[in-house]
Amino acid sequence: MLNAADREIRLKGISASPGICIGKAYLVGNEGVDIVKKYYICKKNIDDEVRRFKVAVKHAIDELRTLFENTPEDLRRQAYILETHLLLLKDKMLYDTTIETIKREQVNAEWALKKVVQTLESSFQNMRDTYLKERAADILHVSERIMRNLVGAKIENIADIDKQVILIATDLSPAETSQIQLERIKGFVTDRGGKGSHTGIIAQGLEIPAVIGAEKATSLIENDNIILVDGSSGVVVVNPSEKTLVEFSERQISYERYKAGIRRESHFPAETRDGFSLKIMGNIELPEEVVSVIDNGGDGVGLYRTEFQYLSRTNFPSEYELFDKYKDVVEVMAPNPVTIRTLDINGDKAVSYTSEIYEANPALGLRAIRYCFKKPDVFNIQLRAILKAASFGNVRIMFPMISSCEEIIEAIRILDKTADSLDKEGIVFNRDIKIGIMLEVPSAVIMADALAKHVDFFSIGTNDLIQYSLAIDRENRYVSYLYHPVSPAIIRMIKHIVDVADDQGVKLSTCGEMAGDLYYIPILLGLGIKELSMNPRSMPAAKSLIRSLSIEEAKLFTKDVLRQTTASGIMKLVVDRYGGVISEKTYT
Amino acid sequence: MTNSAKKLSKDLLIINELGLHARSAALIAKLAQNARSKVWIIKDGEKADAASIIDILSLSCPKDTRIKLTIDNYVDINILEDISNLVEEGFGE
Repeated sequence: MLNAADREIRLKGISASPGICIGKAYLVGNEGVDIVKKYYICKKNIDDEVRRFKVAVKHAIDELRTLFENTPEDLRRQAYILETHLLLLKDKMLYDTTIETIKREQVNAEWALKKVVQTLESSFQNMRDTYLKERAADILHVSERIMRNLVGAKIENIADIDKQVILIATDLSPAETSQIQLERIKGFVTDRGGKGSHTGIIAQGLEIPAVIGAEKATSLIENDNIILVDGSSGVVVVNPSEKTLVEFSERQISYERYKAGIRRESHFPAETRDGFSLKIMGNIELPEEVVSVIDNGGDGVGLYRTEFQYLSRTNFPSEYELFDKYKDVVEVMAPNPVTIRTLDINGDKAVSYTSEIYEANPALGLRAIRYCFKKPDVFNIQLRAILKAASFGNVRIMFPMISSCEEIIEAIRILDKTADSLDKEGIVFNRDIKIGIMLEVPSAVIMADALAKHVDFFSIGTNDLIQYSLAIDRENRYVSYLYHPVSPAIIRMIKHIVDVADDQGVKLSTCGEMAGDLYYIPILLGLGIKELSMNPRSMPAAKSLIRSLSIEEAKLFTKDVLRQTTASGIMKLVVDRYGGVISEKTYT
Repeated sequence: MTNSAKKLSKDLLIINELGLHARSAALIAKLAQNARSKVWIIKDGEKADAASIIDILSLSCPKDTRIKLTIDNYVDINILEDISNLVEEGFGE
C-alpha cells in the first residue's frame, strides 16, 4: 500500500516502448552478494568458520552437480563448462587460499573469499592475452556461487516470478529476457541501454511500456515499491502521489483510445493517395507474435528472428522443436509469406552462457552466418527444420550478415545438400522457396550487383548497416548519439541498393527499425522501397501515415533529401515537410 | 631410456587454437589431481601446479607456447604421459 511518508521521485530515461503501467517493482540483480561485511572471528571459533566455508562450497558443488545431471549426455561442450566450474570450486588457489586466509587473518569466510577472489582477479586483469583475461569471469562465477551459499541468498531465477510486476534491472541480456514469463510482466525499467536495445524490442513486441537508460533506477527503487512507468514519455515515478496517479490514468485512457482508433483502420491496405501500394510486413521473435502481425493488418512476416529458441537453455534445440515453432508461424500466416532468418548470433554463447571463446569485438566476430559455417551440425538442423516447415505454407529463407559472394554461394550449397539428404531420407519438405540475404554489412552493399545474381531478394537490415557503416556501437551511450538512420551516408547506400535491385530484378525489403519509424517512411517511400517490415505494433500508425502520403511527392522530396550532406539537414527537411502529418499519427 | 631424470619431464608445444584455457586446464588438473606427488607446468622459468586450474591459467599459455611438464616422483610417470598425450592431441578440439 501507499505510504504517505514515501516521497514521490521522478526519473527520466529513454522511451523504449510506449504505454503506461502502474504496479509493484521487482528488482533483478545480485543484491546480498555485492555488499560483503568484514568481521573478526575469535580464535576458538575459527574452525567453525572454516567449516561454514566448506559447507558453502559443498552446497555450491551439489548445485552444480544437479545442473550437470540435468544436462543431456550428448551435450559434451556445455557439460565441460560445468565440470570446469566443479573443479574450480575446489581449486587450491581458491579453496585452500580462502581457508588459509580465514585462519591467518581471523576473518569471516565471506571477507576471506572476497579478498582471495580480488587478488586472483587482478592477476588475470594484468595478462596480455585478452582471452585468458576473460577467464577471471569463470572464477568470479564460481565464487559468487559460494558467496550466495555463505550469505544464504537465494539464487534469483527470473523464470520463477509469479506475480504481475514491473521489472527493474541494471540491464537485461537477451538470455535473461528470454527466461522471463512475459505474461507476468507489466513493464520494464533498466538503468542502462540505448534506443533500440534488446529490452525495448521485446517490450514493443509485447506492447508493454518500457523505459531504459533511467540511470539510477536500481539504486532508488526498492522491491515492492509502487511505481508508475510511462513508456511514451520515458518517465518513471516512484511512490506516485494521488495527484500523479490521476494525471497518468487520464493519459493511459487517452493512449488506449488512440491505439484503438488507429488500429480500427489498420486492415485497409497501405496505399498512398495516388494509388501506390506498399507491402507492410511484421518482424517477429516469438512465434506467438504472429497473431499480432495479423491483428495489425500485416501482409506477412518480413523477419522471423530465430535466436530466441537458442537462448537460456543448456542444450541446442532439436530439429523437431524448431520445426514445430516454424510450422506454427508458417501455417497461421499462409498464404502470406514468412521470412525466416537463420541464426544470427553466436549459438555457443547463447546456449552455454559462459562460452569459452572470448571476443573483444563480438559484433565483428564469430556470429550469424560465420558461426553457422563453423558449426555445420547446428546449421544443418535449422535448415532441415526450415525446409520441412516450408511444405506448410509460404516460406522465404534469409541469411544474415553476408559480406561476400563466397558466403552466399556456400550457404546455398549447404541448403541444397540439406535438401538432398532430406530427399534421400524420404522426408516431406519444400526446396522451392525464395532465397534472400540481409544487406547489413557495407561490403555487401558495394557488392550488391554481384550478390543479386545468387538470390531472389534483399532485405536491408538498417540497424546493423548503420552500426557497421558509421562505426557506432548503439548500445554504447557515449557514442549512441551518433547513431542516426538519416545520416546522408545511409540514405545514399539505400539509394544504391534500390537502384541495383531494380536493375537486377531482385525483390527488396527493409526490415530494420528505420522501416517502422514514421519519420523515415516518407524517405524510404521516395527512394523506391516497396516492402517495409516492422514491429507489428508500429503497423497501424505506419499504414495510416502511408495512406496520407503521395508517392510522387515523396519522390520529389527525396531528391532534396539526397542533396543534403548532414543528418540534421535531412531531419529538418523531414520535419518541415512531414512533421505535421507525422505528429497526427503519433501519440506523445 | 635409462636416464630416469630425463623421463621426469617432457617438453611440449601447445597446439590447440585456444591455448590452455579453462576447459583444457580443467582436463589437465583432473589428471594431475590423481598424482601421488606434484606435477608442474613450467613456462619461461615460471612454475604452476598442474592440479590447479587457476594456477595453470595464470601462467597464460596461448597457442604455440612451449611448456615443460615435470613430475617430482617417478611413480607418476603415467600421469605425465597422459597429460603429454592430451596436450599433443590439442585436447581433442
